[in-house]
Amino acid sequence: MTAFTTLLGLGASLACALGAMAATPVMAQEMEKCFGVALAGQNDCAAGPGTTCAGTSTIDYQGNAWTLVPAGTCTTMELPAQADGTARMGMLEEQMRDLPA
Amino acid sequence: MPSDHARFTAAFDAALRGGPLPPGVTGPEAERRFAVYRNNVAVGLSAALAQRFPVIHRLVGADYFAALAASFGAIDRPRSPVMAEWGAGFAAYLAGFPPLAGWPWMADVARIEHARGVAFHAADAAPIRPERLATADPATLWLGLHPSVIVLSLHHAGVAVWAMNQPGATPGPVPAGPQIALILRDPSWSVPVTAISPADAAMIAALPNGSLTAAAQAAQAVQPDHDPQPLLLHLMRSGSLTDTETAP
Repeated sequence: MTAFTTLLGLGASLACALGAMAATPVMAQEMEKCFGVALAGQNDCAAGPGTTCAGTSTIDYQGNAWTLVPAGTCTTMELPAQADGTARMGMLEEQMRDLPA
Repeated sequence: MPSDHARFTAAFDAALRGGPLPPGVTGPEAERRFAVYRNNVAVGLSAALAQRFPVIHRLVGADYFAALAASFGAIDRPRSPVMAEWGAGFAAYLAGFPPLAGWPWMADVARIEHARGVAFHAADAAPIRPERLATADPATLWLGLHPSVIVLSLHHAGVAVWAMNQPGATPGPVPAGPQIALILRDPSWSVPVTAISPADAAMIAALPNGSLTAAAQAAQAVQPDHDPQPLLLHLMRSGSLTDTETAP
């Protein structure tokens, strides 16, 4: 196929795409912009649980606590086999830092 | 020579990380009371980071995330009072965090979550009017992209992991191979994340730099049988295509 016929085909498909785009109006705006409110997770302060006196301990999670296995969904998902055969589920290593004084 | 103010804030920050009380903090039980304040700051930062990275929070669980946030916050302090701007370094931190080396898609997910926040707060731009397209010549039509449009080349299948950790979705096996994420803010103020092909990514990269034909050719250089229409319709419907002739 020559570059010329490729370009012809592209021109036809773009003309077709433009027609479809012209017939596809932008999604209607369902929400109005409302100043003074923020979506969950997008507010600019941590007002809420974090601002209470949630305990007075100085160190909740020290560095050697990494023997904890992540308890969320990452442990239920598996990566496909890697090409070089290296282990996919690495062992959690203890870290000797952030230890309580 | 640092100013007195700079010295004081440095001492205060060191105290927040567990150092000795900053000068000037006095009063009965100052040590214990400052510890309450120190803890509130740590818990507040952790909660802010959890709201910013809800999928990472879900992936590792609440306890692990709190420990992770404390560890990240100790080396990457917020530099702006706008908390939404904190966390730009979180993905890189996760990528180099040895205990999570067995979950290599974690950093991808953090990049997606950070990009979604950036897209949400991106500047507004009016989408192109559909009637402008009906008679346009693709060889001369020069489209712009909405400021919220972000394309991320991921190392793993981060889009799939992100999607299967949305409310109502079920986690399953992670598909093979790297993915490319397209993130944008649509007119309904939602910020969808879609996986696109390398040719789609090449087209998006080329769109603001030339004609529509040139962008489609850039895509076909990557994938000779690339069909530009599905991506263009997605961008059109999302209000992500702008009109360069009417742009300021």
